[in-house]
Amino acid sequence: MSGAVPAAPYRGALPKPTPETRAFWDATKEKRFVLPWCTSCGKAHFYPRAVCPHCHAATLEWRAASGRGTIYSYVINHKPARGFENRVPYVIAVIELAEGPRMMSNVVLDETPTPENVRIGMAVTVDFLPLTADVTLPVFKPAASS
Amino acid sequence: MSGLRRRAAIVGAAETDRLGALPDYSRLALHAEAARKAVADAGLTLRDVDGLFCTVAGPNELSEYLNLTPRYVDGTGVGGCSYMLFVRHAVAAIAAGYCDVALIVHGESGKSWIDMEMAGTAASPAGQFEAPFGAAGAPTTYALPVLRHFHEFGTTKRQMSHVPAATREWAVLNPRAMMQAAGRITPEDVEASRLVCYPFNLLDCCLVADGGGALVIVSAERARDLPGKPVYVMGSGEATAHRQIAMMRDFTTSDASRISGQQAFREAGVAPADIDHLMLYDAFSFTPMMFLEDLGFVGRGESGPFVADVSRDAQGRTIYPTGPGGRLPMNTNGGGLSYCHTGRYGMFALIEAVEQLRGRAGARQVPDLELSLVHGPGRQFAAAGTVILSNR
Repeated sequence: MSGAVPAAPYRGALPKPTPETRAFWDATKEKRFVLPWCTSCGKAHFYPRAVCPHCHAATLEWRAASGRGTIYSYVINHKPARGFENRVPYVIAVIELAEGPRMMSNVVLDETPTPENVRIGMAVTVDFLPLTADVTLPVFKPAASS
Repeated sequence: MSGLRRRAAIVGAAETDRLGALPDYSRLALHAEAARKAVADAGLTLRDVDGLFCTVAGPNELSEYLNLTPRYVDGTGVGGCSYMLFVRHAVAAIAAGYCDVALIVHGESGKSWIDMEMAGTAASPAGQFEAPFGAAGAPTTYALPVLRHFHEFGTTKRQMSHVPAATREWAVLNPRAMMQAAGRITPEDVEASRLVCYPFNLLDCCLVADGGGALVIVSAERARDLPGKPVYVMGSGEATAHRQIAMMRDFTTSDASRISGQQAFREAGVAPADIDHLMLYDAFSFTPMMFLEDLGFVGRGESGPFVADVSRDAQGRTIYPTGPGGRLPMNTNGGGLSYCHTGRYGMFALIEAVEQLRGRAGARQVPDLELSLVHGPGRQFAAAGTVILSNR
């Protein structure tokens, strides 16, 4: 799975933004990575919600995030989801973001992923994978290669 | 806190005549056959049913299909453990007087996919934050916590490979098990099977099948007047913690399983050491390992060494700790791995516990059995349900 734009038309699953997530997807389209922060408890969360999952206040604002994180856990998938046929095997990972929350994403390597070259705890940084004119996916790459 | 201990009993249990690829059955037809057989097993008729519990069919469509008008309805849908929750809810509804004869029904055209629909939309949280990353169903999402467990506790793939091998030993003893004819397998065979989603190979993954099953529950008092041997509900528990696997707070322990198990043990007034027989929903090889830890059958991080602690019998045959002849018989029908798995398998785990407690399990019968614990997840460790059953 390289960082190149997948062949059009894209056949994979595409997110359909909702009012509480639209700003996130609008930002990735501009290659910006943002997180919702609660001004009451001071914590970030993911995925974006209309209430803070930590303190349940509704005092949320979007802030630019570092795009840095580490691999919390991962799999190397050999049985592709629709649209991923030419990317197997590919890494599905849960990234622990520097700001605290975790998110599912892909870890994109220059080589074929193996249990040796993908490691729990590995430092990663965000990258942006345009899928369609409307959707750009936040994926991650090893921090060392950035 | 004895709660509703021994207040209600399972008096009927049945599965569809066949399990496997059943292109001649719709989703609702599977429900209907299982329901009809379970009430007959209880010595009752469908006309006696006044509480209906189902999730793959909505309660409204199933009441219509069977031409029933139940006065108590539960359509809880939290995944494969929904049936454990239904047992709990049925016990409570019966104790409250809200219904007298509870029918819990499962039917799922998981293989032939006749009148089935995919859950969720592209606008749901999972549709936005899981699906776009190529999370291709259960093998990917159930696999995600596994390497974290390996990382934190030193658990190995070889240890995990013992689970499908042990479970297959039971399936070999069960003429209804889909994998009976396939015969025994070793941990090495598991690792030699096709790679699906590392760290899972094909034999780490449950079967995909069509089938159905149903249970009938009445008050303990009413159970005495019915022909079958009652199986008493001693305790139960439930919880839900999240939906998406990435939102699981700690990938090495299921909050829902711990909370659910604690409630069930407390209500039943028993401890893990008292349990003779376990049905721990095995969607994948690793799944029951997590439950062994979260329910307290082994310590945190100890499930790997536990499942791999094999011995030899006099003939030199491998005895797995959870297999036939082992000290903790688990998934004795052959499990989701080797018996049958329709999608929401919890019903089959419950039925096997009932069969064992009634002494109807044939060659795989666990001797001197009194207490069985059934536990399962809803989706990927997101929800959980626990039922402790007794034949005394």
